Amino acid sequence: MATTIRLGEIAHARSGDKGNHANIGVIAYTEAGNEFLDRWLTEARMAEFLLPLRPREVSRYALPGIKAYNFVATEILDGGASRSLRIDSQGKTLALAVLEMRISPPKNIDEMRKPKTRNPVS
Amino acid sequence: MSVIRIGNGAGFWGDNLDAPQLLVETGQLDYLTLEYLAELTMSILAHQKSRDADAGYVTDFPVVLESLVPALKSQSHLTIVTNAGGMNPSACAAKVAEILSAARMDDVLIAAVSGDDLLPSLDEHLAAGETFNHFETDAPLAELRQQTLSANAYLGAAGIVEALSVGARIVITGRVADASLTVGPAVHEFGWSWDDWNRLAAATVAGHLIECGAQACGGMYSDWTEDISLSDVGYPIAELSDDGSLIITKPEGSGGVVNTGTLAEQLIYEIGDPQHYLTPDVDADFSNVELSQEGADRVRVAGARGNPHPEAFKVSLSYRDGYMVSGTLVICGPNATAKARRCGEMILERVKRAGHELSRTNIECLGAGDSLPRIALADNEPWEVVLRITAYDASREAVDRLSRELAPLVTSGPPGVTGYTGGRPKPRPVAAYWPTTIARNKVSPTVETKPASEWN
Repeated sequence: MATTIRLGEIAHARSGDKGNHANIGVIAYTEAGNEFLDRWLTEARMAEFLLPLRPREVSRYALPGIKAYNFVATEILDGGASRSLRIDSQGKTLALAVLEMRISPPKNIDEMRKPKTRNPVS
Repeated sequence: MSVIRIGNGAGFWGDNLDAPQLLVETGQLDYLTLEYLAELTMSILAHQKSRDADAGYVTDFPVVLESLVPALKSQSHLTIVTNAGGMNPSACAAKVAEILSAARMDDVLIAAVSGDDLLPSLDEHLAAGETFNHFETDAPLAELRQQTLSANAYLGAAGIVEALSVGARIVITGRVADASLTVGPAVHEFGWSWDDWNRLAAATVAGHLIECGAQACGGMYSDWTEDISLSDVGYPIAELSDDGSLIITKPEGSGGVVNTGTLAEQLIYEIGDPQHYLTPDVDADFSNVELSQEGADRVRVAGARGNPHPEAFKVSLSYRDGYMVSGTLVICGPNATAKARRCGEMILERVKRAGHELSRTNIECLGAGDSLPRIALADNEPWEVVLRITAYDASREAVDRLSRELAPLVTSGPPGVTGYTGGRPKPRPVAAYWPTTIARNKVSPTVETKPASEWN
């Protein structure tokens, strides 16, 4: 069986709510990773991943300046912050789950991982 | 080129009370913004105001302001812009005036910016043909009018600019777009015209990046590690120039981190189509924003573009919609997850036997992956899980019955039921959210600016 890796090895993410909709922004660490996301992390794939939560629609938007894709999943929060019966009524944990999606590492995987020198910590 | 430093010391009502003081003491700010209003905060404040005409504002703010008195005295240019006014900006201003007068700061000008509250005029608007259709479903408000708790237009920066232009040092608004708290000071300082869309977009990006406080500085960051100290996390500062160029940073010596990663995550936080981040001030395009690290905890933000603002104001309306309750028990032992689920079902069976049909219920086994059911997966069967049971119904009695059925399970359920220490969970009335719009020409801000000595 081919080894798979976490999506989180080539991207980071943040999610949140807008009423009953959630958005999940997935940000590639590198340009190569961004090209991979463009091909692999399609609307259809994200919709399939989120299927257990029954979104009405999943749309994808590109933010090339930050190497990111924003996914908007409508009516996915069981009514949203005020009416939802779920513990995560605001979709804040969706990003972490998305980063656990499994990918078969492409040939140029080493060009996609987080560069060690990036993002200095003060 | 002139530069202003705008720091945001609160991202929601309930945020760290010490953050604003630390930010002004170490941030060399020109402006401190404090953002308190989430989508449904207004319905809570409306409820408070309906019981007490002097209530209905964010009560954290006077507490924070008290801590800022020394800074207001020693930093003559420091100006505060906040939406703490909620449903009652003038009552909030009066409370702030009391604090400033007690501190012998009688001359400080305090402004209350209102006009966003549509509840008093809702029937007039309906009679004039506004139907307040739901943003997404397009359904008209119609009979939900009778259950409406609050209705507030998201105003833009104009009222804030008006208050600053007459010298207000503390500007207290009701519902304004979060980013407008930052756009207001920028327009006032730089004299931008209201159709300078690219610059308005730059200030809007700045406001968006700092509006959630610590989330720009390492809070919620996917790449958080122990190396990033969050217990003393700094709050964000936008250095905005008159040409619209922008740096995001944080106070020197504070915890957390500002890097292209934290800001990329925050840029995308709670947005829809990045080409149309709509505020009352501008239709901002975030899609080509670029981030570059200029030094430790300093990131340049460039590339925001703006288009003319939308022709309608967004309106956040809430209406009364039944009752909810949520309670927890801890279920321990072998097969904890299955047992917890069965315990949840027993509770519901008992409510049913008592003659109540709950219209919506949810059983969650927290610890077993139920925070994202059938998506998040726990690797091993846990020894204990938190059973969380939640229900909604139009009837308060039905919901109340559920809250009474948790404790009995400790003695009358399977072995291993514990953790009933918080007492009986309290049913709460639900304020449902109805996002809608109103024509721009039907709403305008009203600004009242007076010295502290004249507010009471």
